[in-house]
Amino acid sequence: MHILILGGNSDIGLAIARTYAEKEGASLTLASRDTGELERNASDLSIRYGVEVDTVRFDACDFDAHRDFYKQLENRPDGVVLAFGYNGDQERAQADAEEQRTIIETNFLGAASILRVVAEDFEVRANRDGESLFIIGLSSVAGERGRKANYVYGSSKAGLSAYLSGLRQRLAPQGIQVVTVKPGYVDTKMTAGMDLPGPLVLSPDKVARKTYSAWKRGKSVTYVTWYWRVIITLVKMVPERLFKRLEI
Amino acid sequence: MKKTVSGWGRYPVMEAEVRELLPGSTPALPEEGVIARGLGRSYGDSALADTLYRTLPRNRMLDFDGERGELHCEAGVSFAELLRVFVPRGWFPPVTAGTKHITVGGAIASDVHGKNHHRDGCFSDYVRELTLLGPGGEIFACSREENPELFHATCGGMGLTGIILEARMRMRPIGSSKLDVMTLKAENLEEIFRLMEEYGDWPYSVAWLDCMAGGRKLGRSLLMAGRFREDGRLDYTEKAAPGIPFTLPGFLLNRGTVSAFNALYYHRVRGKRTSGIQDIHSFFYPLDIISNWNRIYGRQGFLQYQFVLPKENSYEGMKSVLEEISASGMGSFLSVLKLMGPENDNFLSFPLEGYTLALDFKVQPGLFDFLDGLDCLVADLGGRIYLTKDARMSSGIFEEGYPGLQRFREVRNSYGMAGCFESEQSRRLEI
Repeated sequence: MHILILGGNSDIGLAIARTYAEKEGASLTLASRDTGELERNASDLSIRYGVEVDTVRFDACDFDAHRDFYKQLENRPDGVVLAFGYNGDQERAQADAEEQRTIIETNFLGAASILRVVAEDFEVRANRDGESLFIIGLSSVAGERGRKANYVYGSSKAGLSAYLSGLRQRLAPQGIQVVTVKPGYVDTKMTAGMDLPGPLVLSPDKVARKTYSAWKRGKSVTYVTWYWRVIITLVKMVPERLFKRLEI
Repeated sequence: MKKTVSGWGRYPVMEAEVRELLPGSTPALPEEGVIARGLGRSYGDSALADTLYRTLPRNRMLDFDGERGELHCEAGVSFAELLRVFVPRGWFPPVTAGTKHITVGGAIASDVHGKNHHRDGCFSDYVRELTLLGPGGEIFACSREENPELFHATCGGMGLTGIILEARMRMRPIGSSKLDVMTLKAENLEEIFRLMEEYGDWPYSVAWLDCMAGGRKLGRSLLMAGRFREDGRLDYTEKAAPGIPFTLPGFLLNRGTVSAFNALYYHRVRGKRTSGIQDIHSFFYPLDIISNWNRIYGRQGFLQYQFVLPKENSYEGMKSVLEEISASGMGSFLSVLKLMGPENDNFLSFPLEGYTLALDFKVQPGLFDFLDGLDCLVADLGGRIYLTKDARMSSGIFEEGYPGLQRFREVRNSYGMAGCFESEQSRRLEI
C-alpha cells in the first residue's frame, strides 16, 4: 500500500502517516512546501517503521501546478490523505482581504483543486484494474455552523465537507472510499499558543487512530470523539434568531 | 501560556511561561530566564525557569547507520522511543538512567550515568556531536574537535549553555532483550562493598539498600548484577503502566511503613545468591511500572539526594551517612548504591570514581536542616551532589564539589549564554 500525505509536515498528517506505516506497513510520499522539514519527517518515519518514504514539494495554493504534481509522482498512491490546512486569524481576515483569501484558498480551493485530479485518476484505475483506493479528508467541526469566532476558516471547511460528501457519492459505485474526518480542537502547531478548552483538546495521535479505524470499518464521516458530535448537534439545533445573540 | 510546574519531586513548584520548541523554526528567545524542558524528570529545580521551552515536539530520528549503530536524532526523542525502535533490531542505549521517560537532550544535559558507569562511563561519552540553539538564535555545532569547550560545558551542563537541538550518538549492540541477573544478599555495608568489587566485571550492577536498618544490619542490601544474554531474542513490548490515580496523603509514608517495606523488600529474596532472567523493563526501569510514582509522597513532594564519594573515603563515608539517616528516622523508601568509574572531562558532570548513593526523602519538617548536615559530611569527604536531583543545596557546597565550575562559567560567558539560559537552580547555586 502506498499513501500520499498532502500536508506532510502537519501534525495530523504525520500522525496518520505513522499509523499506516505501523499498522499496514504502508510506504509513503510526504508532500508539502517546506521540503527541508519533509526530509526530516521522512527520515524519521523510515527509521522508525522501516518503510520507504519519499518527499515531494506541493503547494496547495498553486492550483495550476496540481495536475503536473500528481502526474509526476513516482509512486501511484492507493490512498490520499488531505491533511493540509491554514487556520489563519479570524480578526485579521475581517480586516485584511489577503488573509481571508489565503484561508479559503488553502482549505477549500486548494483541496478541491487537488482532489479533482486525484478523483479523476482513481476513477480510471478503479474501473480498469479494480484497485481498492481511498481518500481521507481532514475537515473540521468548525465547518458545521459558522460562528463569529472563526467563520472564515469554518466556511472553508464547510465547503470542503460538502465537496468530500459529493465526491463520496460520485466514487462510491467504483468502491472508492472517501472518509471525512471532523476533529474538534487538536493540540498541533496550528493551535500552539491558542487558548483552548483543555479537556476538549485531542492529540494528533488520537485523531490518527480514529481516522484509521473509521477507514478500516468503511465509515464515511467520523467526528473523532462522541462529545464533539454531541456539542455540534446541540449547536446546530439553536435557532438562528437566538444564535445571533449567543456568545459561542 | 503560564503554567504551574515542578520537577519530578513535586518540590519546588512555580509559575512559568511554557512555550513549544516547534519543528522547523528558530524561536526568538527571551533575554533571560530560559531553560529547555523535556519530559520533566529532573527531580528538583533544574528544569524550572521563567520561560520553559518544551523540546518534545522535536523528536525525529534523522539518520541511523546500521553498521556502526550511530543514530542522529533530535533532542526530544525519548529513551522509550529509542527502545521501541532499536531493541527489536538489536541495539540499546549505551547508558540509560533508571527511567526510560527522559529525552536524549536531557540525558546529555544531565550527563546521565547508569548501572554500567563503572565499566562504560556516562551517556555523553557516546555522543559524537551535538547542536545547540544559542541566545541570539544562532546554532552551534560542537564535538570534541569543534567548539570542544562548549561541548564539555554542555554535556552535564544542565541546559545552561543553550537548547540542545540534535545529537549524534552511538548505540550498543545487544544479542537479546533479556538479561541474566544475579541477585546477592548482603548482611551489612562491609559485605555489600566487597560484593560490588567482586562483581565489578559484570556490565551492569546496582544495589538496593535498606537505609532504615541500623546497628549490625547497617547497609544490608541486595546486589543485582546483570548482563545481556546472547540468545537472539529481541522481542520488546511495552507494558501499559498503571498510574497512581491521585496524590496519596503524606502520612502514609512514615517510619513504620518505610521500615516495613524495606524489610519486606530485603526478605523477599530467599537465597544468599539467586540467579534468574529478567527483561529490560524489570532490570533497568523497575519504577516505570507505576507511571506516576512520585504521587506516593503526598502533596509536599519529596527530595532526591544523590551524592558520590571518592573511593578512598567511600566505605567510612557511606557508613557515617547511613548512621545519620538511620538515627534521624527520616527514612528513604529505597536507596540505591552504585559503583562508579573514573570521571570524564565534562565540567559539571557528576560521576567520580567511587561509590554513589541515591536516596529519597519525603518533604517534612526538619528535613532541610538534616540534609544541610549531610551536605557538609559529603563535602568534607571530597564528594559531590548530583545536580539533576538537587533542589536545595547551597552554592558553597556546590562550588566545593565541582572544581570545573570556573571553566564552565568562562565558557558560558564567552558564548554570551550566561544571561539568557538560567534555571531556578542556576540562580540558587550562583552558577
